[in-house]
Amino acid sequence: MLKTWRFHGGLRLPAHKHLSAHRPIVNAELPKQLIYPLQQRPGVQLKPTVVPGETVLRGQIIADSDHFLATPLHAASSGTVKAIEDRIIPHPSGLSDQCIIIDTDGRDEALTSERVADYRLEPASSLRTKIRQAGIVGLGGAAFPTSIKLNPGPQRHIDTLILNGAECEPYITCDNVLMQAEPDVVVQGALILMHALQVGNGIIAVEDHMTEAFQALSSAIEQSKDLRLTVIKIPALYPTGGEKQLIRVVTGKETPSGGIPADVGVICQNVGTAAAVYNAICRGLPLTERVVTVTGQGVKQQQNMRARIGTPISDLIKQCGGYQDTVERLIMGGPMMGFALPEDDIPIIKATNCILAAAGSEVATSKETRPCIRCGDCAKACPVDLLPQQLYWHSRAGNLEKCKDFSLFDCIECGCCEVVCPSQIPLVQYYRAAKSKTIAKAKEAEKAAIAKRRHDFLLERKAREQAERAERSRRKKEALAKLKAAETATEGAE
Amino acid sequence: MKFSTVMSPHLQPVNSVDRVMLQVLLALIPGIAAMTWFFGIGVLINIALAVIAALLAEASILGLRGRPISATLKDLSAVVTAVLLAISLPVIAPWWITVVGSLFAIVIAKHLYGGLGYNPFNPAMVGYVFLLVSFPMQMTAWLAPVELSSVALTEIDWLKLIFLEQLPDSVNFDAVTMATPLDSVRTQLGLGRSVPEIQTDSAFGFIAGKGWEWVAGGYLLGGLWLLWRKIIGWQIPIGLLLGLGLFASICYAIDSNQFALPSFHLLAGATMLGAFFIATDPVTAATSVNGRIIYGLLIGSLVYIIRVWGGYPDAMAFAVLLGNLTAPAIDYFTQPRVFGQKT
Ligand code: SF4
Ligand code: SF4
Repeated sequence: MLKTWRFHGGLRLPAHKHLSAHRPIVNAELPKQLIYPLQQRPGVQLKPTVVPGETVLRGQIIADSDHFLATPLHAASSGTVKAIEDRIIPHPSGLSDQCIIIDTDGRDEALTSERVADYRLEPASSLRTKIRQAGIVGLGGAAFPTSIKLNPGPQRHIDTLILNGAECEPYITCDNVLMQAEPDVVVQGALILMHALQVGNGIIAVEDHMTEAFQALSSAIEQSKDLRLTVIKIPALYPTGGEKQLIRVVTGKETPSGGIPADVGVICQNVGTAAAVYNAICRGLPLTERVVTVTGQGVKQQQNMRARIGTPISDLIKQCGGYQDTVERLIMGGPMMGFALPEDDIPIIKATNCILAAAGSEVATSKETRPCIRCGDCAKACPVDLLPQQLYWHSRAGNLEKCKDFSLFDCIECGCCEVVCPSQIPLVQYYRAAKSKTIAKAKEAEKAAIAKRRHDFLLERKAREQAERAERSRRKKEALAKLKAAETATEGAE
Repeated sequence: MKFSTVMSPHLQPVNSVDRVMLQVLLALIPGIAAMTWFFGIGVLINIALAVIAALLAEASILGLRGRPISATLKDLSAVVTAVLLAISLPVIAPWWITVVGSLFAIVIAKHLYGGLGYNPFNPAMVGYVFLLVSFPMQMTAWLAPVELSSVALTEIDWLKLIFLEQLPDSVNFDAVTMATPLDSVRTQLGLGRSVPEIQTDSAFGFIAGKGWEWVAGGYLLGGLWLLWRKIIGWQIPIGLLLGLGLFASICYAIDSNQFALPSFHLLAGATMLGAFFIATDPVTAATSVNGRIIYGLLIGSLVYIIRVWGGYPDAMAFAVLLGNLTAPAIDYFTQPRVFGQKT
């Protein structure tokens, strides 16, 4: 058993994992329609590579962009592009944006793509290109392009790959069941990632209650006969699955504030991502499906489903027997950091690990907010060791400078402080607002700086032009004066 | 299907102010029961008076300030303040003492500063000190514990005593009152007796005063229950008891004739009540973990210093208010290091 470390604070939350953890993964039916939002991340908009009316095959790229944080999007089944139009996208804003709509034809014909016979013979750069082309992003929820994470730059020395199998949010079990069902795929994926990173140390971290997953991975590692890879159990403590928290727990290292894991020589990848990498490299399958936990007391049958990316949530709910009458809120992600959806005609995307149809008794519906009583419980729970009550005072007063002094931007919005707050203050909302205000202000300032530079430049040009004009007229006057002098001189001589 | 959208976290809050306050009230029961047993039902009358006055005061002020009344009263913070004040008062205090103190605590010490969460000083202790300074005579007349008293007061006698300030004809005032143990140690030391001599007096029990040690035990029990329920942290109570105990031990070691045993100080007066129920008031205490240890140590030391060298026999109220004064500074100097940042 490897030694593990602790991070400050954190919460032992009611897990609610039994709802879905011990059932086999169900293959979701092929939906009639697939929906693909073109906004991949904030500021990264893909361009469609297909037009309405065009037929597509499974695995065919339908949108891409040259933005360095973009990854291509693939059709998850064969069919016809019906339209490219505005639909509500799975995003906290609940706003509509451009989506590609595909009517599936039910034949599910796939493009055949090349597979790599032996990844160990491939250079890292070629693996990265293939991983990007397969559309792989972090499947743990952040959806950061995997190919970019695998390229930390020559100035950083990476020594450890950590596979994140710690599903610390309540309810979610998709990684747990994946590790149980396909331990070899996860292990092989990890080995490919280690090869791509050229690291000799790989650790798969699972939570201590995931006994079956731990066992399955252990024997898969044994079979692979690759002893550079180990699996460890870590205490189930929210948010231990947060990247910086996980690195702390597994290696004892603290990722610097404002830095990235690679700064301490570590790369983290989700176990689902590792499986997707294996499928892309060794089976030639781009990322078109994933395991999603459909759970909560608001749905009849809680289970994990292997679903095509782009499947409308309403389709999945129907296959789970529909909603219970008690359903109150539909959440994409977990109950701590997931966001509520305004309706269920919204597709799952690559980052969707969980659909939580929560009954009214499972979520906070009406909070009785009271003034902060300075109890300090929030500070005790904060995994980043911030002072949430101070952040609250200052963000509420709109004092953004003070917020920065109290390290607002180190806040990971995990919600621990808010859940323990006896005054039931919506703390995280205040932090989000303060963050976006700060960012908006910085943008304003930048704009103002650009405008000022432009203004200064104009002034300078005007001044220069004026000076030049003055110089010209001075010279002209001089010349005239000389001419006059010469004239009078010649006149006098005559 | 359509759903309402709310921001994360969605999980229900695990705690509420109402719940915290209710548990504090429950935890006070053993101590109050012991007080009633040893000193009579006056304490219950005081509690009732203080609570009614506090609730009426809070309701009127909330009305004046245009704040929701019933939702706020439900947080029970006014009740906690009133009860803490009432059990700190002499049990035979006339009714108007209790009422004035309670009103002062709620109106001046709490709402003038902005209400729950905004008051820099512990309202109950502000009320107590206000009474002590304004009405020193009524505030120092303590009843003798029942077992030492030759008279037994009936319920009617109690009501007459508190509301009309009348004793039964056959009883005179001095027969029922008696100096508190802390008080008598002070005055007797002044008369040149040594501590071991004083402690042979009939007013002394096993460790502290007769009756008093049991009351302290009751508060200790309730306090431990609060610790176990995680309603309060260990830092302030342990810090306070440690500060007081250390000071007392050092002085006792230097001269056991002049200074009482540390155990006497720990169980006498308001030590236990202060350590677990008063100094732990979150609103007015330091907030950081390390800060709270310092805060507790500071109050504990101040209690000892004021008891032994100050002008008043018990010192909890003054020590807590002085502690309140230093809390912001303690917090400033004990900020934790943010994860991933250099110190
Ligand atoms: S937990 Fe809530 S009430 Fe307690 S200090 Fe933090 S913000 Fe204030
Ligand atoms: S939301 Fe931010 S402040 Fe609150 S506990 Fe998490 S990291 Fe700390």
